Amino acid sequence: MSDLTDLYQEIILDHNKRPRNFGKIDQPTHFAEGHNPLCGDELSIFLDVQNDKIDDVSFDGQGCAISKASASLMTERLKGKTVEEAREVISEVRKLLIGPEESEPDLETLGDIAALEGVKKFAVRVKCATLAWHALEAALEGKSTTSTE
Amino acid sequence: MSNIMPQPKTDPIIPFPLNVETVRRDFPILDIHVGEKPLIYLDNAASTQKPQVVIDAIQRYYMLQNANIHRGVHYLSQKATDAYEEARRKTARFINAESEDEVVFVRGTTEAINLVATSWGSRYILEGDEIIISHLEHHANIVPWQMLCERVGAHLKVIPINDDGDLDLDAYEELLSDQTRIVAIGHVSNAIGTVNPIKTMIKTAHSRGIPVLIDGAQSAPHFPIDVQDLDCDFFIASAHKFYGPTGIGFLYGKAHQLDAMPPYQGGGDMIQTVTLEKSTYKKAPGRFEAGTPNIAGAIAMGAAIDYLEHIGRANIVTYEQELITYAKERLQKVEGLSLIGEPAEQAGAVSFALDSVHPHDIGTILDKKGIAVRAGHHCAQPLMKRLGVPATARASFAFYNTKEEIDSLSVALEKIRDLFV
Ligand SMILES: Cc1ncc(COP(=O)(O)O)c(C=O)c1O
Repeated sequence: MSDLTDLYQEIILDHNKRPRNFGKIDQPTHFAEGHNPLCGDELSIFLDVQNDKIDDVSFDGQGCAISKASASLMTERLKGKTVEEAREVISEVRKLLIGPEESEPDLETLGDIAALEGVKKFAVRVKCATLAWHALEAALEGKSTTSTE
Repeated sequence: MSNIMPQPKTDPIIPFPLNVETVRRDFPILDIHVGEKPLIYLDNAASTQKPQVVIDAIQRYYMLQNANIHRGVHYLSQKATDAYEEARRKTARFINAESEDEVVFVRGTTEAINLVATSWGSRYILEGDEIIISHLEHHANIVPWQMLCERVGAHLKVIPINDDGDLDLDAYEELLSDQTRIVAIGHVSNAIGTVNPIKTMIKTAHSRGIPVLIDGAQSAPHFPIDVQDLDCDFFIASAHKFYGPTGIGFLYGKAHQLDAMPPYQGGGDMIQTVTLEKSTYKKAPGRFEAGTPNIAGAIAMGAAIDYLEHIGRANIVTYEQELITYAKERLQKVEGLSLIGEPAEQAGAVSFALDSVHPHDIGTILDKKGIAVRAGHHCAQPLMKRLGVPATARASFAFYNTKEEIDSLSVALEKIRDLFV
């Protein structure tokens, strides 16, 4: 059962139960919907970016514990960061979730997000964890929808 | 027969009534472990496991009978052709078709529905015509009709369901119009197990001269089927859902329907004569079987049919009804669990939600306990939307499942709820 406890760490269960920054932002400067056709999950990401700084970020939608926790952890981590810093986080998350075996993501940059590491052992669930991040990237690039496929 | 081959178990003790321990021994895969845990396979609506006799039939074919059919004059070609056509007779008997010429071998349910939508559709569906399906359908019985509608400018009409997951039959009668050209409905819902009253629905459509196609993918595994009694125009199923191999299934069509339909694909085996200017086609079913078919698959489907008849179709109904009744009772005792869809008559599958726990989390944790269920939209997104859920967890049953397995599932679900809620 240790794989399972790696996957569903306390932090993840907690973010699933009490998602942070959940709901829409009134007048987002950036917005994107992420869609996982495999399971039908849909998450929306809202950003309020002023002078290249993420003043506010939130997410909305429905998903499994992994996708919700991932989105919640993301918003917590990005609030107040510059877009540049956000891109660094994205790049470390990529290493964490889909990087080759030997990649060593920077744990300091990741913070609590590192709790998602256990997902790697569950190939079919990796897309749940990456959904919010795909949507974030799409939002930053000014696209309004994206899909994990 | 040489003795290098595993011989089919020709004469095991007839389990009457069905003895689940005996039956389980016919399915080698049921002995495997997932990690440390013995496999509990509750994803039968997606695909059933295969008894040894079906596995043997495939091996026997490739070891002793393999050649192309309907072509050679040599020994093996004759043997393969005989075995393939014997499988057609078995399939006709399986659904009580009047003649084996009414049985077309296809890749599965999806291909069969596409075949009818394309071939029958090109002959009979014109701009402004209407096709009726229901809100319960699998994508395989939605998308081919949508494609046809788009092609010719016809309209898709949908029989609504009530909150229990039963079809609204009054609405059905109102939908039938002078423009309706065909009714295409599932017999049993793969997502929530609703058994539709197809016999009366067929009668109603026929009273207005409208033909009916039945998607039997989820009924053929569970009930005896009698197409003459049902009087349906088409009946379709996939072998892999009734203990046969993947890549093979059948399309039953009434002779007059099949005979009036243009070919689906062109090629070898479906023609009478070919000149460079024009070809003439075989009669049904050959007309619809262009190219080298899945010969081993058809023969093994025949073996699955023999096996089901050997177990006794009535025994299967009795045992499975007891199992699903037990499953519904036991699952409802799990705190926070709600059944999704409570149709008047239910077979095969039970869908449920567990408080706010997402079905995928349920699926992942159950998998670690060796329990295979399906979590997702079950290729029925319009139905999920109607029921107000993005996805469900679904346990679906075969006659080799036991009450103890249902208990294990229920206990596991109780633990999952403790973890998440
Ligand atoms: C009701 C129903 N129709 C159609 C299909 C499609 O069957 P196949 O994938 O074997 O073509 C399925 C199986 O998933 C089903 O359950």
